[in-house]
Amino acid sequence: MARTEIRIGGFGGQGIVTMAVVLGETLSLVEGRQCVQTQSYGPEARGGASKSEIVVDDEEVDYPKVQEPDVFIAMSRAAYLEYVEGLKEDGILIIDEDLVEIESDLPAGVKVYRVPATRIADKEVGTKQATNVVMLGVLAAITGIVTPEGLKQAIKDRWPRFVDTNFKALELGIAAGKKALAS
Amino acid sequence: MTESAPVLRHPMSKYIREDRQPWIYCPGCSIGIVTNMVARAIDKLGLDFNKVVVVSGIGCSGRSSGYFKTGTYHTTHGRAIAFAEGVKIANPDLEVIVISGDGDIAAIGGNHLIHACRRNIDITVICINNFNYGMTGGQFGPTTEHERYSQTSPRPIGNIEHPFNLVKLAASSGSTFVARWTAVQARRATRSIERAIKKKGFSFVEIIGACPTAYGRMNRLGDGLKMHEHLLEVAEIKNGLPPHEAELEYESKIICGEFVDIEKPEYTAVLRAAHTKFKESI
Amino acid sequence: MPERIMFTMGDIACAEGALSAGCRYFGGYPITPATEIAEWMSLRMPEVGGAYVQYEDEIASITSVIGASWTGTKAMTATSGPGVSLMLEAIGLAVMTETPLVLVNIMRGGPSTGQPTKGQQGDIMQAKWGSHGDYQIIALTPASVQEMFDQTVQAFNLAEKYRTPVFVLADETVGHMRERLVIPDEKDLELTYRKLPSGPPEEYLPFKPDDDLVPPMALLGSEYQFYATGLTHDERGYPSDKEHVQIELITRLNDKILKNADDIIDLERFMLDDADIAVIAYGTPSRSARRAIKDARAEGIKVGMLRLKTIWPFPDDTIASLATEVKHLIVAEQNLGQAYYMVKASAAPTPVHLMTKPAGMPQLPHEILDKIRKVDSI
Repeated sequence: MARTEIRIGGFGGQGIVTMAVVLGETLSLVEGRQCVQTQSYGPEARGGASKSEIVVDDEEVDYPKVQEPDVFIAMSRAAYLEYVEGLKEDGILIIDEDLVEIESDLPAGVKVYRVPATRIADKEVGTKQATNVVMLGVLAAITGIVTPEGLKQAIKDRWPRFVDTNFKALELGIAAGKKALAS
Repeated sequence: MTESAPVLRHPMSKYIREDRQPWIYCPGCSIGIVTNMVARAIDKLGLDFNKVVVVSGIGCSGRSSGYFKTGTYHTTHGRAIAFAEGVKIANPDLEVIVISGDGDIAAIGGNHLIHACRRNIDITVICINNFNYGMTGGQFGPTTEHERYSQTSPRPIGNIEHPFNLVKLAASSGSTFVARWTAVQARRATRSIERAIKKKGFSFVEIIGACPTAYGRMNRLGDGLKMHEHLLEVAEIKNGLPPHEAELEYESKIICGEFVDIEKPEYTAVLRAAHTKFKESI
Repeated sequence: MPERIMFTMGDIACAEGALSAGCRYFGGYPITPATEIAEWMSLRMPEVGGAYVQYEDEIASITSVIGASWTGTKAMTATSGPGVSLMLEAIGLAVMTETPLVLVNIMRGGPSTGQPTKGQQGDIMQAKWGSHGDYQIIALTPASVQEMFDQTVQAFNLAEKYRTPVFVLADETVGHMRERLVIPDEKDLELTYRKLPSGPPEEYLPFKPDDDLVPPMALLGSEYQFYATGLTHDERGYPSDKEHVQIELITRLNDKILKNADDIIDLERFMLDDADIAVIAYGTPSRSARRAIKDARAEGIKVGMLRLKTIWPFPDDTIASLATEVKHLIVAEQNLGQAYYMVKASAAPTPVHLMTKPAGMPQLPHEILDKIRKVDSI
């Protein structure tokens, strides 16, 4: 797979940096890909709009930041409005359907997938903190950029004490992603 | 070696770089006396002199480190305490002594003083307070009394600022040992310096000294002899007095003594204990 | 410790590099975007029996590092532009007293408070000329997480070898991005330690250099007594106001870096062999340039890059000879032009073009590509 750029936007406290880091750990340490993770820092520790990004490639990643994302995951309205610009033609837009509405014209061919990730985490996993892991499952199911097995390995390494909760979140995310893909 | 005529050597000369004599200090200056006090305290304690480190900042008192025949370091202005902290933390087996002036320690280095007191690192700070910046020719500083004259607080107005009382500053910042003496109370001061060195914690000893060349001249306080006689006259010994009562009025009353001697966990000891605890936990 | 592999950020790679190099004293003060180095050190130092000390300001931080270094402990501090500005006087003291230490500057936008969370390369000249007086400095400019590790180790080795402060100058992007990091088995790391004196202590002259212009360094607490001072000093370490002492001392302090420049300078040549245009870059912009050069090559433009992995001492000889091989040079840096002036002086009369970006995002690859195309069409 050639250079692929993934952008994740949300508000501070949603775990979007962790989400990108886990994705990076999976790609880099488990699946042996070349990848770079970056993030935008603002002065706010909570709230605001923030983003974190992953560039993955088969050869060494040169420019480390995202220029035109192939995939944009929007987890808050503010982040959607702030970071949707630049999304590639024929790109993939994944939104948390309870938090984000499509309010602008999107580039040609963009495929939009709507998933209630926060609701799944809250109601089915039992903690909103698992939203980012749900969304990782969604990403894996929709894009195939990363494998569920790889994510499981990275999750196990990172949170050995919370494996069950996170695996559940991941499975529910994968199912939700497959459902969105089919609809 | 050719035999030389017997010369009466100063008993403390073994600690001093004799090849650097004569001192740069003016006649009547107190810094030589304080250097002697520190040497005698080290001698009395029987310290391995190789393990003693003397650090100073900038100014007349800042030159004192260079006269000691051990590992000595002359830092930038105000930073002697910061350097000393690095030394002590990196090698707690060393005995680290800072000797510097009031301007160096309480003005440009004041922040390091209060934080080192708070941190409680086992170093000894000896501050020679001569009420002005001597080396630059006698400007007012953080301990210059209100309305005193200096090159930057000239007649007829004098100093419009008010001085720090360094005993109160060190005590309220958390220093575990605080004393003040004048340069003429050599034996008592030396004993306090011994206790300060032995103290496992941050120690602060202020020695009130004379600067006849600058401060004395501008305030018509007489020559070095007269100034030292005055110090003896106005010194009032009140060991154990609460530090906030340790007043200093040059004209009439300089309260001297040991005001603080308390026990608190010392930084490098806590750090070592933490390392041990960490090793046991894994 | 055996080899470890992590997916981690440049700041943490830097801290791990320091620990692998044997750093056991960190004196610092929190500042964005270098805080992660301090945080990681506070976590890791207890594991290796070292000290993480948080000071009241950056002046105390670096001065304490100088103190720690004189006990024989490898020591470092890490900060960003405002902190470096406060440390400048002490950098001069470390140069003058020939104190090995490593100073990491994760460069953010300036001047003043600037843009704390955004990167820039605005401190290149500050690193070289910030403290007063004539002196030389060593500064390394890593461009990846792995290089943050490798070059921090290298920084310690150079600091110890030449008894001098060494900068790791990384832009914020390099400091904060995460990549795969391989920490080699400690047996595979080559580490340098300062020369210690060996003769009779009474004959020891603390500032008498060997043939490599570096004097053996006595440690505090050893049987070698010495006086180290920021004042101009003779070989005994004693202050002197004599003209010849000043000339001899500062000439030697400069020469010990400049005459060993070939040993210190670290450069990467990328697609330069047949190039008509050479891009000079360091840090994150060099990664943009790499992409741009590949794309320009695909268009048939003969362009390559000289990447500066060290920026001080400046590789003027290499650039002078490169300038005779190419028709144009382009300097791509994330500032309004700093290394540019050095390149221009070395490359004359070959034209040097500046491609700047004085802001948080480094030059985009296509921006550099546009510049290459423009220069190619001249």
